[in-house]
Amino acid sequence: MKKIEAIIQPSRFDAVKDALHDIGVEGMTVLEVRGHGRQKGHTEFYRGNEYTVDLLPKIKIEMVVPDNLAEQSIQAILKTAKTGKIGDGKIFLTHVDDAIRIRNDERGDAAL
Amino acid sequence: MHRLVTRLLLGLVLVVGLAAGRGFAQSSAPSDIPIPASQPGSTSFTAERLAQLEQQIAEARSSGDNAWMLVSAALVLMMTGPGLALFYGGLVRKKNVLATMMQSFTLMALVTVLWALFGYSLVFHEGSRFFGNLGFVFLRGVGSVPDADYAATIPHQTFMVYQLMFAIITPALITGAFAERMKFSAMVLFMALWSVIVYDPMAHMVWGKGGLLNAALGGTFPTLDFAGGTVVHVTSGVSALVCALYLGKRLGFPKEAMPPHSVVLSFIGACLLWVGWFGFNAGSALSAGSLASSAFVATHFGAAAAALGWATAEWLYRGKASVLGAISGAVAGLVAITPAAGFVAPMSALAIGLIAGVVCFLMVAKVKAFLGYDDSLDVFGVHGVGGTIGALLTGVFAAKAVNSIFKDSHGNALPVGLIDGNAHQLLNQLVGIGFAWVIAIVGTLLILKFVDLAVGLRVPTEHEIQGLDLSQHGEEGYNLEV
Repeated sequence: MKKIEAIIQPSRFDAVKDALHDIGVEGMTVLEVRGHGRQKGHTEFYRGNEYTVDLLPKIKIEMVVPDNLAEQSIQAILKTAKTGKIGDGKIFLTHVDDAIRIRNDERGDAAL
Repeated sequence: MHRLVTRLLLGLVLVVGLAAGRGFAQSSAPSDIPIPASQPGSTSFTAERLAQLEQQIAEARSSGDNAWMLVSAALVLMMTGPGLALFYGGLVRKKNVLATMMQSFTLMALVTVLWALFGYSLVFHEGSRFFGNLGFVFLRGVGSVPDADYAATIPHQTFMVYQLMFAIITPALITGAFAERMKFSAMVLFMALWSVIVYDPMAHMVWGKGGLLNAALGGTFPTLDFAGGTVVHVTSGVSALVCALYLGKRLGFPKEAMPPHSVVLSFIGACLLWVGWFGFNAGSALSAGSLASSAFVATHFGAAAAALGWATAEWLYRGKASVLGAISGAVAGLVAITPAAGFVAPMSALAIGLIAGVVCFLMVAKVKAFLGYDDSLDVFGVHGVGGTIGALLTGVFAAKAVNSIFKDSHGNALPVGLIDGNAHQLLNQLVGIGFAWVIAIVGTLLILKFVDLAVGLRVPTEHEIQGLDLSQHGEEGYNLEV
């Protein structure tokens, strides 16, 4: 089992979600996060004070998939999340020791 | 210690209760119109009917004035709560939103009680040129009969409660300067003292019978201040500066970013202020006649021009016109038009607003940063400076065609402001402004020193970091997450 963490532009989320559903990924966790890589922030101006806001809103998708679905999922995300500009985000892949379904105690790929 | 406090509280309740009981000895309501005793057709019948008709007209007129004045009083209270509470609340960080609102709300209650007990008397009873005396203590003698010197067509009680709303909002304005770092107990003590030591004498001098600066009732230096440019805005604005300097900067200021947590709340507050200001300015006509209309129009025009002025200045200076800037501009214009509202023509109001909008923008965007003090919510920049400009421009644009406040012994209207040819009025305005500045600075410094020694002004560092909502009030403004 592999865990895929994808940090993407919020505007691309719907397309990414649909693409993942299309290839059979059924479970995911979605978080609203803030962060930056090399993308510059923007300045905001309040009554004489200028602030540089360099933590930008992003969407983070976390999902655990069977090994055989991992590369397909990554390709699906890459295709739909890409805009070509700085700030598109990153995908991280890690190995997962186990997955357990709480409802009926199933383990392994069956739990995914 | 507990027993002593309990006994003091019981004693206070007893005193207030006794006073309230005595205060109920009011004159009765006007009786029904009697049918004349003489025969129809006789001249005395006609005379009696005429007298009755005149009384009915007076009552109808009074009814219109009283209705407007009661609404105005409500509008001005709304300016404090929720107007100012929202405006200021949105400008501070999330962890301090409740504490900021609580400051305005507490004053709604605290100032009311002080006003009822003796505050109204100290302002509006005749006394010396600087202070009223205690003739109206516990609101004795303040009933349904009008006080002809102040407002001849409305019950005295209406006038009293209208003025109370001004006494409430003036100290509430100051809270913006020490936002996010003042102890609640210190603020309560400070405001109780400020109300008596700074507001009451200034208000007496400008609006009270025998006041040194009273333009309507023959003061020595008649200062034109229709609705409180000097009394409300200069005093609170200058006091705010003193507080900001004395208390020092917030932790992390100016390096740490402290943007408003909700410009949305501030926007709603600012709009409530704009609408409420009609009660503040037009209500200061103390009647529902053409002067109220004139002041209403001037108020609105001043706000509009200033909003555009600030927004344009910001657009040119920064490349974008911000919402916070636009609403701040409107407030600055409203502040500046406050002393002028019932004295100037509509075009003059536009000019006053425009000037205030641009000057206050520069004050806040450039001068404050240059001087480096932390007036958290720009009370001095908007109210202190805006009020000073407005009071000066009142001396320029006040016109007898709008309000013939100065009359000679034959009742002819005399020139009022510079555009009428009376340059001397500018000097009187300066005197009034000067008094406001001096009382504000001296009074505020003394009170700050005293309160600092008594309870300490600033919250400890950990409390400032944790936020005042939790540390002072044990509450969180938003419980939106798990």
